[in-house]
Amino acid sequence: MEKKKVNINHEDVVIQVDNVSKSFGDLHVLRNVDLQLFNGENLVVLGRSGTGKSVLIKLISGLLKPDKGDIQVLGEIVNHLDERELRVLRQRIGFSFQNSALYDSMTVRENLEFPLVRNKRKLTRSEINKEVEEVLEGVGLAQAINQMPSELSGGQRKRIGIARTLILRPDIMLYDEPTAGLDPLTCLDINSLINQVQEQYQTSSIIITHDLSCAKMVGDRMVMLLDGKFERQGTFEEIFDTDDERVKPFYDYNFIV
Amino acid sequence: MGRKIEKLLIEFARIHRFMMSFLREAVSPPYEFKEIIRQCYEIGWKSFPLISLTGFIVGFVFTKQSRPSLEDFGATSWLPNLISIAIVRALAPLVTALIASGKVGSQIGAELSSMNVTEQIDAMEVSGTNPTKFLISTRIIATTTMIPVLCFYVAGIGLLGGYLSIATKDDLSILAFFTQVFESIAAKDVFAMVLRAVVFGFTIGFASTYVGYYSSKGTEGVGKAANAAVVSSMFLVFIEELLIVQLLSLIG
Ligand SMILES: Nc1ncnc2c1ncn2[C@@H]1O[C@H](COP(=O)(O)OP(=O)(O)OP(=O)(O)O)[C@@H](O)[C@H]1O
Ligand SMILES: [Mg+2]
Repeated sequence: MEKKKVNINHEDVVIQVDNVSKSFGDLHVLRNVDLQLFNGENLVVLGRSGTGKSVLIKLISGLLKPDKGDIQVLGEIVNHLDERELRVLRQRIGFSFQNSALYDSMTVRENLEFPLVRNKRKLTRSEINKEVEEVLEGVGLAQAINQMPSELSGGQRKRIGIARTLILRPDIMLYDEPTAGLDPLTCLDINSLINQVQEQYQTSSIIITHDLSCAKMVGDRMVMLLDGKFERQGTFEEIFDTDDERVKPFYDYNFIV
Repeated sequence: MGRKIEKLLIEFARIHRFMMSFLREAVSPPYEFKEIIRQCYEIGWKSFPLISLTGFIVGFVFTKQSRPSLEDFGATSWLPNLISIAIVRALAPLVTALIASGKVGSQIGAELSSMNVTEQIDAMEVSGTNPTKFLISTRIIATTTMIPVLCFYVAGIGLLGGYLSIATKDDLSILAFFTQVFESIAAKDVFAMVLRAVVFGFTIGFASTYVGYYSSKGTEGVGKAANAAVVSSMFLVFIEELLIVQLLSLIG
């Protein structure tokens, strides 16, 4: 399934990662990494387990601080912001976690309301309800509104997690392995949801994945993280047109040859 | 050695930061009233059965065990005075704090560390909301207010246990018992009890939210955090008890 082409303006940069390094003790996860995300595009980040993909988007959302380098998001340098400024910026960034991270003591409705009532204090009760129902409708789970997260399947949890980030109408979406651990049909659903979000909410997104079908279906552009650096970038075909022994197995495994 | 001291200093700096952000979030609006009420219910109300049983048994047993030594002096009529002083000055706050360390401390430690492991705390953070306000401040406020309430209750039910223990041997009306109790307790004893209970309540809330919030990732982190919450709460409660006793004897 090919992705519908979108027009990208390469002048309009929403995320700019500049020469960023991050280590944990002796473990050098990212080394002098550069990356750009253009307005309106879906950028897929590929890479093996443990190469630092999750670390990268945690740096972008300010959950971690880089040891070196700057990260600019929507015109603000994330690593220079104080807590309050960071909180304002984060309302414009949606973060879908690898394991959904739903609040397990709250119902689906309360999960969705949580960021909304705390960030948009002027909304009335009926506006909140309307917003919650609308977003749930959008991810196709209107019927789950009163359920607890523990009663949902993995795929449903992923959608609720995405819905919870969409409720603030973010400009940027960060998806951490949206299809990991899901069956092929549910993967297809999630992939169409990601594309639907891009169109409907006009987001620019970074999608982290190992799943090449997902990459192919949602990505306008791809980069591959190898040994702490982005060594390959381009379209799907460009990335895999190589004899690099670190890259080929990805393709071979996903599309058995 | 140098490494250890450095680690300790880093820990102290982190505790200081945690304390400061709690204070800032606890006093600044918007307030999480609904969540504070919910936590008071979880922490206070749900501890009543356990605390009732323990308070009663402590009062009953303490009275029974004290009787022989007073009997030697023919002073069993002093039993109500003895137990009321013992319960109000020492037993009620300590028993409440130790039971709460075990029950409430482990609950808070496990709850927060499992939220940490499953990235729920990060999720609050990245949605532009403030996890300290919602998760930490509410729990510390709830323990600081609920432990004193529980403590008064333990004092009452402990005295009742004491009365029943006396009533099995002597012919003493409950009215006469409580008249004697109130004659022997001074206002400053009650003040000291409330002071202890507030300090212990704050300590239990603070220590268990701290270890839960900064627990290591991974499922074994949850068990460790629950355990550390209980151990550190109890340890701190005893240290504080020691300090408060010294302090009160200084100011008379
Ligand atoms: N907070 C942290 N403290 C210490 N080490 C960390 C921390 N976060 C990540 N790491 C380490 O950094 C490395 C990269 O982790 P990361 O989670 O980014 O991998 P990943 O590329 O997302 O892998 P996966 O595909 O399995 O999710 C790992 O070796 C991990 O152990
Ligand atoms: Mg990851």
